[in-house]
Amino acid sequence: MSSIISVSGLNKTYSNGLRALEDINLDIYEGEIFALLGPNGAGKTTLIGIVCGIVTATSGKVLAAGYDIVKQYRAARSKIGLVPQELHLGVFDTVLATVRFSRGLFGRGPNDAYLEQVLRDLSLWGKRHDKIMTLSGGMKRRVMIAKALSHEPEILFLDEPTAGVDVELRRDMWQLVRRLRDSGVTIILTTHYIEEAEQMADRIGVINHGELIVVEEKSALMKKLGKKQLTLQLQTPMNEIPAALGGWSLQLNAGGNELEYTFDTNEESTGIPALLRKLSELGIAFSDLHTEQSSLEDIFVSLIDERSADDDSAAVNA
Amino acid sequence: MSKSARVSAFNHHGVWAIYLYELIRFKRTIWQSLVTPVITTSLYFVVFGAAIGARMSEVDGVSYGAFIVPGLMLLAVLTESLTTAAFSIYMPRFVGTIYEILSAPLSSLEIVFAYVGATASKAIILAVIILLTSTLFVPLQIQHPLWMVAFLLLTAATFSLFGFIIGILSRNFEQLSFVPALVITPLTFLGGAFYSIDILPPVWRTISLFNPMVYLISGFRWSFYGISDVSVGVSLSMTLAFFLSGLIVVTWIFRTGYRLKT
Repeated sequence: MSSIISVSGLNKTYSNGLRALEDINLDIYEGEIFALLGPNGAGKTTLIGIVCGIVTATSGKVLAAGYDIVKQYRAARSKIGLVPQELHLGVFDTVLATVRFSRGLFGRGPNDAYLEQVLRDLSLWGKRHDKIMTLSGGMKRRVMIAKALSHEPEILFLDEPTAGVDVELRRDMWQLVRRLRDSGVTIILTTHYIEEAEQMADRIGVINHGELIVVEEKSALMKKLGKKQLTLQLQTPMNEIPAALGGWSLQLNAGGNELEYTFDTNEESTGIPALLRKLSELGIAFSDLHTEQSSLEDIFVSLIDERSADDDSAAVNA
Repeated sequence: MSKSARVSAFNHHGVWAIYLYELIRFKRTIWQSLVTPVITTSLYFVVFGAAIGARMSEVDGVSYGAFIVPGLMLLAVLTESLTTAAFSIYMPRFVGTIYEILSAPLSSLEIVFAYVGATASKAIILAVIILLTSTLFVPLQIQHPLWMVAFLLLTAATFSLFGFIIGILSRNFEQLSFVPALVITPLTFLGGAFYSIDILPPVWRTISLFNPMVYLISGFRWSFYGISDVSVGVSLSMTLAFFLSGLIVVTWIFRTGYRLKT
């Protein structure tokens, strides 16, 4: 896979001393949906801002579509579309006028047939002569996307595309993003809705305190870090785990009423059949059982927690 | 693996998009933009030309009403350039739409060219309207039309640049209107828009020479009537100097991203 964005050794320190990004190295592959996950203030927007030319990097290098974003900014920027987090729109403009403006701004000659297609895809064609101030929040969000697509970019940045958007529109947005990916556009989206990344992304990067903690294929990430749990509701409470069950990693919960077995999804055999056989040998009866797989959210939280624990201990040591 | 960039060296679509956008904004407020100056100019002629001018003698062989026409035009051009340019770049910063301009494949010079060009165009349209209005009141002659156009263009461009700078540096609306209201208008009134600085006492005449407006107005008036307070060469070089200094400041702002980028 060839990378369409290549970030190396990127640092950003704001004038107030805030280190927003620390030595970021990242490759985004052509045609993928890449989700950048992280809590608020982690540096997601700063990273996007640098690639798009809104924020100046302190040091480091970024190539977009093979062009250096500083030295060859014209070529690089004409390949990139950006949908920022906030709804920044001239409220007196009409939908069609603002989309035409964006296309021109990015150096493209008029092409109303293409713009019509974009507006139709976003269900905005019927509103093309309406002033932006008369549109709903969801429609304004779509106008922002239409503007970003107006110059036929190869790379699309979506900064928190579904923040403050209702459930239905969020599903629409996901469909739209997939359609765009199918048409060959590489998509980088930031989100703090884990569900969103889980639904859409091919690969996931987790950023926290300006550092890229992990970059991994979504499925590999879930597999690598994901854990499964089997919970058994016991018929009679247990005070301690019998020694005969020492071969399994078990834990007693809910005052001895629940037996919890944690197992790795990577293992060839889960050990569940053997455990259940052993339980019936020992005469331990249970009334119910269920298994649970950790979601991306759990993985994310554990990653972030791990990091802040590291930071804390580092601070103590220092 | 950086490829060599095969894109045109000048993003004319982008410049045109901004230029057109700004002129459409002007069209939206066309009545306010054009009727106001016509009324204001007419009032000036009634008050200064008819009421006061009737009691005043000719200035260097030019009737007082005709004498103030270049000053009036320039006053309008300065104010319009400054406020419109300041507003045109302050609003995107305020509303947030500036992100799109900054992320577009446009050089800083192209951005300035587009905004300053649009504002200067508006200011010149305004100047022409005032000129036409004034023909209803006083007989006009333009001895050096080419120079008149040159001074007009240069002044409009210069003050659009200054306005652009104000629009970038302003942190709020108050600062945005501070410079035009409290600096430019007084300087223009005291810069010989309505009188020749020759009629001032020597001390005030010397002080006036530190007022940049004197040079602009004097040169512009010379292109009409061939009379001037200071020599035309000095006027022209001062006007050019203002223009260049504006250009330097704007280039510095974009190069450093001051108040534009973080």
